[in-house]
Amino acid sequence: MKKLLSIVAVSVFALSANAGTLDDVKNRGFLKCGVTTGLAGFAAPDDSGNWTGLDVDMCRAVAAAVFGDSSKVEFTTTTGKSRFPTLASGEIDMLARNTTWTLSRDVNLGFEFVGVNFYDGQGFMVPTSLGVSSATELDGATVCIQTGTTTELNLADFFRANNIGYEALPIETNDEARENLFAGRCDVFTTDASGLSSTRAQSDNPNKWVVLPEIISKEPLGPLVRHGDHQWGDVVRWSLNTMIIAEEFGLTQANVDDNMNSNIPEVLRILGVEGGYGEMLELSNDFAYNIIKQIGNYSESYERNVGPDTPLAIGRGLNALWTDGGILYAPPFR
Amino acid sequence: MRSNFNFFSDQKFRSLFYQVLVVGLFALGIYYLTITTAYNLEKRNIATGWSFLNNPAGFDISFSPFLDFKSTDTHLKVYYVGVLNTLLVSFTGCIAATFLGFIVGIIRLSNNWLLSRTAYVYVEFCRNVPLILQIILWYSILLLMPRIKQAIELVNGFFITNRGLYSPRPIYESGFSIVFFVFIVGIIASIWISKWAKKRQERTGQRYPVLWTSLGLIILLPLIIFFLLGSPMTFEYPVLKGFNFKGGMVIRPEFIAMFLALSIYTGAFISETVRSGILSVTKGQREASAALGLKPTWIMRLIIIPQALRVIIPPLTSQYLNLTKNSSLGIAVGYADLVHGFGGISLNQTGQAIECMVITMATYLCISLIISFFMNIYNRSIQFKEK
Amino acid sequence: MSSENFQQSRTPPIATTGLLGWIRLNLFSSWFNSILTILVIYLLYQILVPFLNWSIFAADFTHNYLGQQIIDRTFCTRVMDPEIGGACWAIIFVRFYQFIYGFYPVEEVWRVNIVYSLLVIAVAPLLIEKFPLRKYFLYFTLIFPIIAYFLLAGGFGLAHVSTKDWGGLLVTLVLGFTGIALAFPLGIVLALGRRSNLPVISMVCTLFIEFIRGVPLITLLFFGMVMLPLFLPEGITLDGLVRCLIAVTLFQGAYMAEVIRGGLQAIPQGQYEAAQSVGLSYWQMNRKIILPQAIRITIPSIVNTSIGLFKDTTLVLIVGQLDLLGIGRAVLAAQTWMGLSIEVYVFVAVVFIIFTFSMSRYSLYLEKKLKTGINMGAD
Repeated sequence: MKKLLSIVAVSVFALSANAGTLDDVKNRGFLKCGVTTGLAGFAAPDDSGNWTGLDVDMCRAVAAAVFGDSSKVEFTTTTGKSRFPTLASGEIDMLARNTTWTLSRDVNLGFEFVGVNFYDGQGFMVPTSLGVSSATELDGATVCIQTGTTTELNLADFFRANNIGYEALPIETNDEARENLFAGRCDVFTTDASGLSSTRAQSDNPNKWVVLPEIISKEPLGPLVRHGDHQWGDVVRWSLNTMIIAEEFGLTQANVDDNMNSNIPEVLRILGVEGGYGEMLELSNDFAYNIIKQIGNYSESYERNVGPDTPLAIGRGLNALWTDGGILYAPPFR
Repeated sequence: MRSNFNFFSDQKFRSLFYQVLVVGLFALGIYYLTITTAYNLEKRNIATGWSFLNNPAGFDISFSPFLDFKSTDTHLKVYYVGVLNTLLVSFTGCIAATFLGFIVGIIRLSNNWLLSRTAYVYVEFCRNVPLILQIILWYSILLLMPRIKQAIELVNGFFITNRGLYSPRPIYESGFSIVFFVFIVGIIASIWISKWAKKRQERTGQRYPVLWTSLGLIILLPLIIFFLLGSPMTFEYPVLKGFNFKGGMVIRPEFIAMFLALSIYTGAFISETVRSGILSVTKGQREASAALGLKPTWIMRLIIIPQALRVIIPPLTSQYLNLTKNSSLGIAVGYADLVHGFGGISLNQTGQAIECMVITMATYLCISLIISFFMNIYNRSIQFKEK
Repeated sequence: MSSENFQQSRTPPIATTGLLGWIRLNLFSSWFNSILTILVIYLLYQILVPFLNWSIFAADFTHNYLGQQIIDRTFCTRVMDPEIGGACWAIIFVRFYQFIYGFYPVEEVWRVNIVYSLLVIAVAPLLIEKFPLRKYFLYFTLIFPIIAYFLLAGGFGLAHVSTKDWGGLLVTLVLGFTGIALAFPLGIVLALGRRSNLPVISMVCTLFIEFIRGVPLITLLFFGMVMLPLFLPEGITLDGLVRCLIAVTLFQGAYMAEVIRGGLQAIPQGQYEAAQSVGLSYWQMNRKIILPQAIRITIPSIVNTSIGLFKDTTLVLIVGQLDLLGIGRAVLAAQTWMGLSIEVYVFVAVVFIIFTFSMSRYSLYLEKKLKTGINMGAD
């Protein structure tokens, strides 16, 4: 009996002896990345079923860094409720699902936010016909809101602070909330400003909707990984940083090959020509080159997915580089 | 080897062995689960404990007809609101489903072909479409109702909109408590009279008009008192002000969709048990009572239904249990019941998955046990008394 | 008495025979019935005419009233002109592939089609008692799940297709049929366990059954989603679909157990005693004597429980699995098809009715057959 028990114990421990996420990903041959069930500009399947969006680019950048091939990603769709258990259970390697970085999520839920890929804030959208120009005029309105999000808490705080009444209609998914808004079940829809732009873009006539000027919260959205696996956290963090630094140095998909013999030392370090920075991350030295070549820099990804030329038409604002009046800032590649 | 074999073929030893084995495996399983869970919780830095119940929820629940809920209230109060909302839709659903089920069950045995066929089609449709789909379908139909600004006024103070049905709210003034008191006394008196009438009928065979007396006591008498006291009640009418109607009472579309879908779905199942219950009463009973000269409605009420009930009650109990458990599907349309409110939003905002799920499941278990308990008492009271 | 003495019998009055007689007897037998009949006809007219008009006569199928092919909602007659337009079924036609296969890769979809056809071959001999070579086909039914698994998921040279790409009817059928196939043996074990005269085993089974039956399925699904990962050792993850399958199977297993227990209770004590007296062991007795009889008399209830399971599979949409209804909602989320929810829900309802109604007719047929069978035995 004792022997049997020890065999059971050994086999159990053999199963739980867990290699680092990076090794897991490498052995598996593809990255498992969690995204939303569909939010235009951030993660949504296009007509031919390919995932596109800012968060999707984040996943692809990590795949490019690890495999040199940005297509080696399997996307898992997660709801506001399922995203954290999915990441915690190891079903996905990283979560890039417009998730707000908060203290309790970082600490209490046992995750690690590796950076911010979109600075957002919560806003309100109402039908133009209501004639509302400020959120403080919303006394007595019915508000549609996606549950399980920080927006739900911010909303309660905002109305309480301004001492105005409202009726909350908590709904499981963004799509249903949107449907209820369009059906007139509620007057106001609240979520991150980027999400509002996306919802507005999806309506039949965007001019019928107006986004109110108030931004009631800070919503730094970023990719996150499980707490404790620092090696893997570093890989994701520096994949994001690479995209930002690349914009700083003007490295784009088009010109990256021409910069291989640039005279700027940091560019040479980024592209893996000098120094063994990739090896430090246990990646190949050209990991950053692969990201830039296959995904482009942050600006390219931004303009492609959410920028002024897309239906979402979100200006750079806070998401401009620190040198351009924004707060996007990456530590040096050294 | 041989002695071992004999030992094992001893039945007492064998049964003991199996039981010890099961207990052992069970204990091992629990032990193993506890170890892994504790390890996982620590690894993921998830704090456990019940203290989160006293933390402020931080979000609002608008559908809370019994308790006033604010975002500063605790998660414990979210739980109470959820339980009350679950009980509300289950209770009203059970009553409506029972009425519907009995009516449709009797209609299905009607000798009017068209009527019984129509009832049959209803039963088959509603039994064969998944409940959650029916809930969502009802909800999307309700969302097609007029928007708040185009509200349709049915009669004075009653509005139909896609944000719910608005009606005037009665405001009780002093003196109304007397009317209410008379009403309660009327109910108690009616129950007493019906018992007395039954005894008298058993003794002397004379019937007493229980229904009319009860109606008079419960409805007419309080009404007379009400007007004698000079109508101590006024109405607050809903008025469209700003974004929504202010004042009055409102029934939300989330509740209506749940209520309709639950009662229509369960009603279809109940009608089948009612039908088979009635069919279980032998033809001889019907013929014998007809031979005694009873009117058809009396045959149904006095002979068939009381006997059919003995067959109907046990499956009816499980239908009530099913309805209560099915009310958890409110999450599909945003009805703030136990699963959506406490097991959903609170769980999500606090991250206390184990605690919230354990409480939610335990609550459903308790509700199920309570329903079974009362239905068993009722069941015992109507079974044949062996004399 | 001789036959000549009989008078030629008169024909019954016209009003009591033929169609007229039937109508009189069944629809207008009394003034009360006549009123009811007219009322029902009026109501049906009020409901059916607008519905048929909406769903068929005024509906768009692939082209709108201008004759244009419908490629998104803006082409629907009812979006262009709500006054004249009925249902816009084009949403079903355009997204038909997703409703049936989900996001299964187009180049691999032949594998799903094979599974669908094999499913018919696997299920038919199970349902039809006079199926030719039934015994051999039943062996195929047994190994069918394994074949289906490899065909759908990949392996043996077939490309891997993640369950994340499965969807629509495929997920509904996988959940429904696997759930039924697994819940049945689980139900037998639990039912035997509950009736066991070993107190500990009976107690464990009773507790399990009553616990599962006391909570809603959705809490079990949530349990599978948020709590199961905490119970599993690190490094082991379960596929989302598998977790749903576990929850659905446990849930239905408990209900199945109660149905089978009812059958076991109906077996007369004499059968047990007779089996024991000829020296059969517990398992032999159950396998050869008790279970075959118990299952035979409970088959209609088993089919009814299976219908329940089949309908319950829709709940997985709440935990993010894209079954038939889930795909319906995903399609509605697309900007191009917003607002056509009633069409999608009616379509999904019809698909479910096709499956569940035929199952319930089958159960009725079995019930009838069983009754005649027993009566013949009694003769």
